Amino acid sequence: MSLEKPKPRVAVYICHCGKNIADVIDMDEITEYAKHIPNVVSAKNYKFMCSNAGQDLIAEDLKSGKIDRVVVAACSPLMHEETYRRVLRENNFNEFFFEQANIREHASWVNLRDHKGAMDIAKDHVKMAVAKVSNDRPLIRQKVKVTQEALIVGAGITGMFAALDLANKYKVHLVERTPTIGGHMAQLDKTFPTMDCSACITTPKMVEVGRHPNINLLTYSEIENVDLNVGNFEVQVRKKSRRINHLICTGCGTCGEVCPITVPNEFDYNMGYRRAAYVPFPQAIPAQYTIDIKNCIECKLCVDACEVNAIDFNQEDEIIDLKVGSIIIATGNDIFDPSTLYCYGYQKYKNVLIAIEMERLLSSTGPTLGKVIKPSDHKTPKRIGFLQCVGSRDFHEGTHKYCSRVCCMYAIKQARQFKEKYPDSEVFIFYIDMRTFGKGYEEFYEIAAREYGINFIRGRIGDVFENNDGSLIIRGSDTLLAEKYEIEVDMLILSTAIEARKDADEVSRFFGVQFSEDGFFMEAHPKLKPVDSLSTGIFIAGTCQAPRDIPDAVAQAKAAASSADNFMFSGEVEIEPYYSMVQPEICSGCRSCVQLCPYDAISFDETTNTADINAIKCKGCGVCVASCPSNAIIQNHFTRNQILSEVRALKPWENYIKEN
Amino acid sequence: MVEDSDFEPYIVCFACNWCTYTGSDQAGVSRMQRPADVRIIRLMCSGRMEPRYAIEALKNGADGVIIGACHLGDCHYLEGNEKAVRRFSVINSFMEQYGMNPKRFQFWHISASEGAEFTEHIKEYVAELKKIGPNPRKHIAAKEFKKLEEVVI
Repeated sequence: MSLEKPKPRVAVYICHCGKNIADVIDMDEITEYAKHIPNVVSAKNYKFMCSNAGQDLIAEDLKSGKIDRVVVAACSPLMHEETYRRVLRENNFNEFFFEQANIREHASWVNLRDHKGAMDIAKDHVKMAVAKVSNDRPLIRQKVKVTQEALIVGAGITGMFAALDLANKYKVHLVERTPTIGGHMAQLDKTFPTMDCSACITTPKMVEVGRHPNINLLTYSEIENVDLNVGNFEVQVRKKSRRINHLICTGCGTCGEVCPITVPNEFDYNMGYRRAAYVPFPQAIPAQYTIDIKNCIECKLCVDACEVNAIDFNQEDEIIDLKVGSIIIATGNDIFDPSTLYCYGYQKYKNVLIAIEMERLLSSTGPTLGKVIKPSDHKTPKRIGFLQCVGSRDFHEGTHKYCSRVCCMYAIKQARQFKEKYPDSEVFIFYIDMRTFGKGYEEFYEIAAREYGINFIRGRIGDVFENNDGSLIIRGSDTLLAEKYEIEVDMLILSTAIEARKDADEVSRFFGVQFSEDGFFMEAHPKLKPVDSLSTGIFIAGTCQAPRDIPDAVAQAKAAASSADNFMFSGEVEIEPYYSMVQPEICSGCRSCVQLCPYDAISFDETTNTADINAIKCKGCGVCVASCPSNAIIQNHFTRNQILSEVRALKPWENYIKEN
Repeated sequence: MVEDSDFEPYIVCFACNWCTYTGSDQAGVSRMQRPADVRIIRLMCSGRMEPRYAIEALKNGADGVIIGACHLGDCHYLEGNEKAVRRFSVINSFMEQYGMNPKRFQFWHISASEGAEFTEHIKEYVAELKKIGPNPRKHIAAKEFKKLEEVVI
C-alpha cells in the first residue's frame, strides 16, 4: 500500500580528514560497521569529504537515485554542515535530509591514544546520525528582509574604519561610550614601525567620520537593550545627557575656563588634569563640550559664561530606538593593571610607570608636552628600563597566558623615542623573547639594537627596590649569560598586557556573543570566519576579539565591514527553519507555553482555544516543546522522535554484557 | 559486579549547541584527552531537553547522563537554561523513585570556551561512576532491547 512510509535510504560517508581521523579510527572497520546499520544502503570512506572530489562523491550517489538521505561522519557540524547541505541543495534534494556525525572533535581528537574507545564513540555517533536522519523531514528556510542599516559599537580605530567603509552604501550608526571617538589610538604619540605621528593619521579619519552624511555618530552613549531578530535587530541606545545642547555648542571652551573643578584626565591616564566641563583632548570629535555630572558641583558659572546659552542642566538622557540589519562589535580592550604584581612596585614606587603613561609623557600633546620626567622629582631620567610581558605570558593568578603581541614593539618604539630625545641616556629592555613579527618590525628592532644602542637583556626582573632618591634597583638573572644582574635605573616602565574589557560580559549578553578562554570574544572559526560571531549578522573586529596592532585591527575592520555588506546586500537573509509548531488538534489550551516563550512568539487563539507559534519570531530554542504537557508542540529538525531515536540507537549495555 | 575494575562507564551527554557542544569542539581542537566514555547529542538549547530523554537513556542502561547548559545569564535564547535548571532540579528526587543513584544525572554549566573544564569534569565524573558501578538496568535493557523504532514525525 502507498500509505506505508517509504523506507529511508541512507548513505554514510566517512571522512579520513587527512590523518586526523584515520590515524585513530580504522576506516575499513567503521565503514563495514556502517553498512550494517538499519536503513543504510551504502557506506564509503574518502580522504577529504569536504573537498570537491568528496562532494562529487555525494552528488553522484544522489543523482543515481539510490539514496535519499546523507550522513557524513567527519568534523563538527558547526564547521561543515553548510558545505554538505549545499551539495544536497544543488542536487535538488532537501538540504535537511542531512546529518553530520562528529567523529573528529568528539572522538578521534579527544582519544588520540585510546583507539578502541574512539572507535566505539565513532560507531555510536554514526548510528545516532543515521537514526536521526531517518526521521528527518523536508524543511524550507524562511527568508526575512534585512534592514539596510548597520550598527557599530565602539568608535576606536576599528569602529571608525568599519563605519567609513560601510557608510558609502548604508546608513551607519556609530555608538561610542566616551565623549569622543578615536579610542586608544588617539592616546598614542607615534606608531611603530613607521614612527609616524598617531594623531596625524587618526584625526583626519575622525573628522571624516564626524562629517560623513551617512554616519549617525552617537557619542557618550551606551547600548541599553538589543532585540536579536536576525536581519532586523532592534537596538535601544541611551544617549547620556551632557548637560550641553550639542546643536548650539560651538566648542569655544569658555565653560571649561570658568569651571572651578579640576579632576584627573582619563585621556592622559590620570596624569594631567581637566575641568568638569571638558573635551577629552583638543582634537576630539565631536568638538563640543561635556559636563561631567559626577564631579560637577552645579555652581552654574558656566551657564552664565556661555554666550550661546547652550548649557542646560535639565537635559535628560535620551533613549534612541534603532533598527539595523547588521551589527559590528568593536569595543576594544582594557589595559592590564599591574598593581597586583607587587614585585614590580607599580603604585608603590613613584618611578614605576606603565607604558600608556610613558606614551602620554612622550606625546607632544601630553601633560608635559613631550618632556619625559620622573614623577618623584620632575627631573629627566638618565637611565630607564622597560620590563616586558607584564601580565601576559604569565601563569600567575590574575595574569594572562597569552602573548599581547604589541608590547615588544611599543617598548622598542618608546625606547627609540626616548633615545632620540635624550641621546645621552641609557635604555634597558628586559625581555623573555622579542616577538617582532610584522612587516618591517624585525628591521625596526635591528636598528634599535644596532644604531640606537639600546641594551636588550634576556631575563625577567625578579625584584625592584627603591633608593632614597627615588631611583630603582632592579635585580634579575640574565638567562643568556647565565648570571645575575643588578642594575640601577631612574625609571622603570612596565609593558602591560592587553586584556578584555571588564564589562565584556555585558556586551556579550546583549549580543549573544560567546567568549574564548582568554576572555575575548570568540570568532565563529579561528581561520575561516575570523570576524563572524556565532550569531548571524553580528560581527566582531579589533582588539575585542584578541590582542592586535593597528594594521591588523584596521584589516579586521575592513573585513567586518565587507562581511556586513555581504550580509545586507542581498536584502534577504535565510533563517534556519528550526522553529516550533503547535499541532492544534492535540493542543489542550493550557497556555503553559505562552508565558515561557522569551520572544513572545506564542499567541493564544481564544476561538479555537489553542496556542499558535509565529514562525518568524520563533528562534527555535524548544523551551515550549519540552514544557508542553500534551506533547502538542514539535520543533523542526529536533523533534521528540528524532532525539528519542538517537537515544534509542545507543546500546549502553553492549560492551558490558560481552565482558561478562 | 560493583567492584568490576575494567568497567568503563557509558555516558550520554545532551549538549546545548551554543555552549557545551562548542566547548567540547574546542576541547577537541586543543586535543584535550578524556576517557572515551561520552556520547554527545546536540540540542539547540538545554531548555529543549525533556526529562524523558534522560530517563530513556538511563533505562537503556547508560551509566550517566549529562546535560550541558550555558552559564546562567549567558543563554543564547535569553533564558532557556534557567528554565532547564528549574525543570531538572525536580528530577533528582525522581531518580531515587526510579531506583537510580541521583549521581547518574548531572546538570553542568559549560561555556563555549570551557573545553578544559568540560574535560576535567568528565574525568572526575568517570572516576565517580566507576566507584558507583554499572547501571543495574543493563541486563534488563539488553533483554528488552527492541529494534530501532521508525516513527513518523
